[in-house]
Amino acid sequence: MQSAFYILALLTIAGALGAMNFKRLVHCVLSLVVCFAGLAGLYLNLNAQFAGLVQLLVYVGAVAILVVFAMLLTRNAEDAPQNAGSTDWYLGLGVASMVFLILAFAVQGSELGAAETGKLSDPSVKAIGKSLMTTYVLPLEAMALLLTSALIGAVVIAKGPEEGGKP
Amino acid sequence: MSGPLAQYLVLAALLFAIGLAGALSRRNAIVVLIGIELMLNAANLNLIAFWRYGPNPEALEGVIFVIFSIGIAAAEAAVGLGLIITVYRHFKSTSVEEFGELKG
Repeated sequence: MQSAFYILALLTIAGALGAMNFKRLVHCVLSLVVCFAGLAGLYLNLNAQFAGLVQLLVYVGAVAILVVFAMLLTRNAEDAPQNAGSTDWYLGLGVASMVFLILAFAVQGSELGAAETGKLSDPSVKAIGKSLMTTYVLPLEAMALLLTSALIGAVVIAKGPEEGGKP
Repeated sequence: MSGPLAQYLVLAALLFAIGLAGALSRRNAIVVLIGIELMLNAANLNLIAFWRYGPNPEALEGVIFVIFSIGIAAAEAAVGLGLIITVYRHFKSTSVEEFGELKG
């Protein structure tokens, strides 16, 4: 359990670091896939099987492919040069490490302890589906509406102006 | 606080910081979007960890919350990448430097 956490955490952090630091965009996206897969493993390690598999399906399957497509459609002639050492780079690094330090100190100093971890709940897909259809049916429908409108909106935005028509 | 919950929270904080650093310092709009996705995933990891080690792990709220969050992230990625493609068609570049001209 514990060694699995360390391996998956290493995988996730390495993937995230790669996604943010590689120069070529393709390498960034592949590294992002590694990071998402590590996160899915962490969800499985936390006994959230359904969330882990959804993460695998949606992020590794759909979002990563979407990013690859966007990358291919916006192929730059020049690979944007990375300027490690510019003011922006230092600014981003400084703000991010500050945020991390504050969060880490807040976590370490927190009085909140983990509850007894003896009982492992194992929510079945059946139970999740049942509660999605009863308690959470309104958010589910709102999500369906959001996804539909996002789909149509993305197509309309990316389609561009029509030939000879108004934009 | 120590123990497994703290480990997961620190890991999520690290993931969030990496995503933030990338979103703030990278030039390419697609990489900025990737950084935002990383931050969203860090929040999801927090939700699952709190659900698992919280006082009430029989409740389904943590998992349901993460499922909805993943759905919203998917919609956000689709619209964001559509916007990036549109702006690329106009400026022939995906550098966020160029996007400054979009200011009304």
